[in-house]
Amino acid sequence: MIRLGDHLMIVPVVLPLFVGAVMLVLGGERSRNVNAALNVATTLALVAVGIALVREADASPTGVSGVYRLGGWPAPFAIVLVVDRLAALMVLLTSIVAVAAVVFSVVRWHRVGIFFHPLFQFLLMGINGAFLTGDLFNLFVFFEVLLAASYGLALHGSGSARIMAGMHYIVINLAASLLFLIGVSLIYGVCGTLNMADLAARIPSIHAENRALAEAGAGILSIAFLVKAGMWPLCFWLPATYAAAPPPVSAIFAILTKVGACIVLRLWLLLFGDAAGASAQFGGEWLLLGGMATVAFGAIGSLASQDMARLAAFSVLVSSGTVLAAIGMGQVGVTGAALFYLISSTLGLAAFFLLVELVERGREPGADVLAVTRELYGEEHELDESEEVGIAIPATMGMLGLTFIACALVISGLPPLSGFIAKFALLTSALNPQGVQGGTVSAAAWVFAVILILSGLAALIAMTRAGIRVFWASPDRAVPRVRLLEMAPVAILLLLCAMQTIQAGPILRFMQATAQSLHAPHDYIRAVLGPVVEGPNGATGGT
Amino acid sequence: METILALGIGVLAGSGVWLILRPRTFQVIVGLSLLSYAVNLFILAMGRLGSEVAPLLADRAAGDPAQYADPLPQALVLTAIVISFATTALFLVVLLASRGLTGTDHVDGREREP
Repeated sequence: MIRLGDHLMIVPVVLPLFVGAVMLVLGGERSRNVNAALNVATTLALVAVGIALVREADASPTGVSGVYRLGGWPAPFAIVLVVDRLAALMVLLTSIVAVAAVVFSVVRWHRVGIFFHPLFQFLLMGINGAFLTGDLFNLFVFFEVLLAASYGLALHGSGSARIMAGMHYIVINLAASLLFLIGVSLIYGVCGTLNMADLAARIPSIHAENRALAEAGAGILSIAFLVKAGMWPLCFWLPATYAAAPPPVSAIFAILTKVGACIVLRLWLLLFGDAAGASAQFGGEWLLLGGMATVAFGAIGSLASQDMARLAAFSVLVSSGTVLAAIGMGQVGVTGAALFYLISSTLGLAAFFLLVELVERGREPGADVLAVTRELYGEEHELDESEEVGIAIPATMGMLGLTFIACALVISGLPPLSGFIAKFALLTSALNPQGVQGGTVSAAAWVFAVILILSGLAALIAMTRAGIRVFWASPDRAVPRVRLLEMAPVAILLLLCAMQTIQAGPILRFMQATAQSLHAPHDYIRAVLGPVVEGPNGATGGT
Repeated sequence: METILALGIGVLAGSGVWLILRPRTFQVIVGLSLLSYAVNLFILAMGRLGSEVAPLLADRAAGDPAQYADPLPQALVLTAIVISFATTALFLVVLLASRGLTGTDHVDGREREP
């Protein structure tokens, strides 16, 4: 008999589905305000559910707080949802960013097209489902749900820039979905199961002749996730799409790259962890190298970008590359620090995407290109000096400037905000593989450390330059009209970063516990498959 | 039968890949459709090939699994077909919108400079 409280773990999937359907019935145009209220209420409820799930997962000794067997079937034969620390944490993070995005959109952006709110709910359903599911094919379905919703949201508001960027986004992701299917079916053909825990139990005992096929399947599968995570060289669609999407949508899209990274993290450690026999650590070096290349590409791109939305999009690449490279290091400490970094950078980036729109609102398009040409040709002295004297900074610009500085601190990783602690934790754990006593540091760790520091420097330079250009060096700009309701989400996201700094100790301990259970997934496998883990009978699968 | 199926998948996938690398949006959407056919056949093939075998066990007798077809890939294919159909329809709408807004059917929204 299942307790009522156990149904809490399916709420993050069912609630958005239900509310989205109700919104569709209510109609897109006519009842937009009702839909907006419903959307805010639902996302707030999801935050509460997320907090409850995180508490429950943290309190349980194994880290796996519950397995939801849909239809009551025993595990390997039907779909399961699994709540462990990582899933609960990501559901909470998603709903927090969702609240910020929805509140921001209510002032203005939900009016530029129809069906913003239902699509948003379906997107949340897909993201939460992808984090919670314990079945590979079910993961595919949730992926498609979130992608289909994201296509609609990326095109929200129409316009040729969005359509052009959106078309590339859709084609890339349709192709990636096909690769996903090929990978899943290869793995099924070799292992005879699609349940993640069952797969983890069977992979160590695959026959040698089939091992290459299973690894090829996993490799193809991972490409689908890495496209989503934006790993170089699969990331060229990302900057244009994220810069062109409406700001509240870009803010929630900051989570989408993390969906890819988190699934890679879970599947890689589950299927190819230390217990995987001959396949242990399969593909780890590719994650490491690809992650570092992504960081380099993102840093160069952010230095080269002319407008702030593109700068934010390239910062997304830097952030997801850092997480991927840290996962590829394959050490418990680095993984924990990477999770801390993931939270901090996602919050910071979401705030930055929202802020960019507020700042850009007062500027005519093309002003950035003009500013650059002015710098190049040394024309900045042509301005009338007398005008600049004695202009007080308006309060709005002051607020925007302060929040911009906070965003820059989080994203580039300077003290005192959480970005610094995240990077410090990453560096410490990468350079001290055996704890503080020392031990040999691998060459990869040194390269990782150098790239991490340089990417921070690049982000700082790019952000400083953009800040100077926007806040100081534009004499004839109109002050953007900003509502309090639009400023509040940005401020809340940044306050959460500040809270993450103050509570860094407990949060880091939680992340380390998460990383430990990810690296030693026997509790996860036992929770899903029941107390008796099956032996290697039928492990070669198929018929 | 294996050879025919392998050839079929290969031809479909090859044509699909060639088409999605073409510059016109219509070629891309046809390419994606061909690729999804290839992938669907591939999923079926991963359930092992066999003709005239029942997907369910007869008369509660387990017997030899080789005598039965694997029902799971068929369920997977069904889901995959529905999803790829829906996303193709969605892409078709975007394609038309792009044609209307940019006035060209090039995937980049503008013709290459001569």
